[in-house]
Amino acid sequence: MPESPARAGTIRTEAVCRHYHMGDSVIPAVDGISLDVAGGNFVALLGSSGSGKSSLLNLIAGLDRPTSGTVIVDGRNLAEMSSEELSRYRRHNVGIVFQAFNLIPTMTLIENVELPMRFAETERGERLKLAREALQRVGLGARLAHRPSQLSGGEQQRAALARALVNRPSLLLADEPTGNLDSRTGSEILGLIHALNEQLGMTVVLVTHERALAERYAERLIFLADGKVVGDQLNVPAFPGIAGRGSGAETVTTRPGEAL
Amino acid sequence: MKAHDLVELAARNLRESVLRNSLTTLGIGVGVASLVAMLSLGIGLQQLANRRLEKSGLFDTIVVTSRRNFRGFERDEDRNGPPPAESRPLDEDARTSMERLPNVLEATPDIRFISELRYGDKPHLTMVAGLPPSAKDKDAFDGMQGRFFSSDTADEAILQIQFADELLGIHQKVGESSSKLSGQTQALIGKELTLHYAERVPSPQLSEAKTAPAKEGSGSGDQSSAAQGASKAGAMAAFSVVPRERKLRIVGITDQEPDSMRGASGARVFVPLQMVENLHVMLPSGLRGAEPNLSTVPAYLSLSVRVKDPGKVEAVQDAIKKMGFNTFSILDATRSLRRFFAVLDLFLGIFGSLALAVAALGIVNTLVMAILERRHEIGIMKAIGASDGDVKKLFFAEAGVMGLFGGMLGVALGWSMGRLINLGTNAYLHSQNLPSEDVWSVPWWLVAGAIAFAIVISMISGLYPAARAARLDPVEALRYE
Repeated sequence: MPESPARAGTIRTEAVCRHYHMGDSVIPAVDGISLDVAGGNFVALLGSSGSGKSSLLNLIAGLDRPTSGTVIVDGRNLAEMSSEELSRYRRHNVGIVFQAFNLIPTMTLIENVELPMRFAETERGERLKLAREALQRVGLGARLAHRPSQLSGGEQQRAALARALVNRPSLLLADEPTGNLDSRTGSEILGLIHALNEQLGMTVVLVTHERALAERYAERLIFLADGKVVGDQLNVPAFPGIAGRGSGAETVTTRPGEAL
Repeated sequence: MKAHDLVELAARNLRESVLRNSLTTLGIGVGVASLVAMLSLGIGLQQLANRRLEKSGLFDTIVVTSRRNFRGFERDEDRNGPPPAESRPLDEDARTSMERLPNVLEATPDIRFISELRYGDKPHLTMVAGLPPSAKDKDAFDGMQGRFFSSDTADEAILQIQFADELLGIHQKVGESSSKLSGQTQALIGKELTLHYAERVPSPQLSEAKTAPAKEGSGSGDQSSAAQGASKAGAMAAFSVVPRERKLRIVGITDQEPDSMRGASGARVFVPLQMVENLHVMLPSGLRGAEPNLSTVPAYLSLSVRVKDPGKVEAVQDAIKKMGFNTFSILDATRSLRRFFAVLDLFLGIFGSLALAVAALGIVNTLVMAILERRHEIGIMKAIGASDGDVKKLFFAEAGVMGLFGGMLGVALGWSMGRLINLGTNAYLHSQNLPSEDVWSVPWWLVAGAIAFAIVISMISGLYPAARAARLDPVEALRYE
């Protein structure tokens, strides 16, 4: 595969705003944020509740549309996409994990992981194989037929991670993925995300309010308050496995789409 | 999303809240069952009526009479057509040409006369009528005792039940319900009956001489009717009447009036048509019409023309009118009967559909509830890549699957209800000594149509919920717990 100049998963926002109308008042959840995130980067969005970090994440995920400004992922402006195109973008380019895990409770783990591939119209045989692989990768190979309620919180989040990555997205968006977990399990999850970022090379945007966690894993910390960027700094992750890796993504050897 | 994935997901979603969805499906089932029940009742009744009417011979029969016999009636065709005296006689020639018309099964003369019949040594005076072999299929002979004539020329007779009672010396009180076939009447079968009748024998020397003036007379138009009457009086002498007798074997007894079209004129003894034709019985028409050539070629008082298919009656009737005869059929009655059944089916269908409409509301309700309940799930699906169309199709498929199962359940329910009603009516008919009848009929197209209709109605009911689910904002939906 030829080396492309811009890696998949580049994010660029230009003066993006998302204002909510509550009766007569306007709440500027995201208020003119301009950012550039390189492909394959592990970025943490930090801020207190209501700072606009989740709203920004939703805009990047294509779940919401900006009131003004642009969100450009891999050169494509999400604001100009039809809702059909946006859903295709979410299906193929984005994987999301949530604080509440958001597995479908009536489905087994493998069915949950299969679901994004159903929307992507993957063949049934291929689907089962990929879903099994994805669950094995997060260490749940023996729990395929279990329902989410039979799993611990950490296991559920790992299953959600498997589901988010099964369509090989170039972006992994994680909205407070450790919020419902104890600190030890939370670290495990972030360690896993970090490992997958290294293995698969997708861009990771982590939304969190726990600065200590972010400093351990992220290469860049972006601080938000009242819908604006109030700080943006590079960070050398303290995570042992990647010590000395530096702030750039140059050392990453695998990219989305490539076989492991 | 692929179609089989859709159906699979829809089915598993339906299984998840199995009680609610089963109740909704049951609702559709009851709706479809009521529709199937109503429509199949309508269809069954219509088929029953058609069967009865076809057998009665009312709707495929045209009665043809000569215009000569009806002079004085100010009917259009009489005024417009040729003068009655000039019109064609209703003779053997006319009969065979009518039989040759397309779609005509047969043209049979109506032969009936009052005669004396001897049973044992007692004389009985009654009306005797000839029956064509085709009369065998008429419903009048459905519940008969004994059998129909062995051939069209057999010396056999079928008695009407009242006449059988008369022969046996049983007297019905006035107002009492009609007689019933019994062991007593059964005993009559195989007995012999003597028919006394008057044969008309042509006088050869006169008949030939009288043929010529008759032709003249028929050419002279209306004014000459008086003169014609005189020549008819002369023609009377062209034949003589000889009393004769014929022994007939009683082969059957019927409890109904077999003659349908013109009130049967109270005929109580029926004999094979060909046999009675060969007897050359002196008929009342022979006296009245008294055509000069009657003695050689018999003219009929009326003919019954049977048509293959009630739909062809009109065409045949027109053709016969063109030949110069008066015709009569109950065509208009069929028309209004068909209209009646169309209206009946419509009404039954509307009542049946009402239940289905209520069931459709049930689907709307269930799916709207499901949206509220699965709001979060819809949000998740959208977040992991489901398009608005996928969500819409999923809800649509759920409605369709409920419709399919509801439809099948409904057809099964409606069908078994029909079987039950058939069983009930037949048990009742049996207790009343009547032949069994199926008033309930479920044709295959109704089965297929009802299931298809249930699916369509369900999908229409699913339109609004599906659109609403598809419109859900994923961010809002994900926030909702």
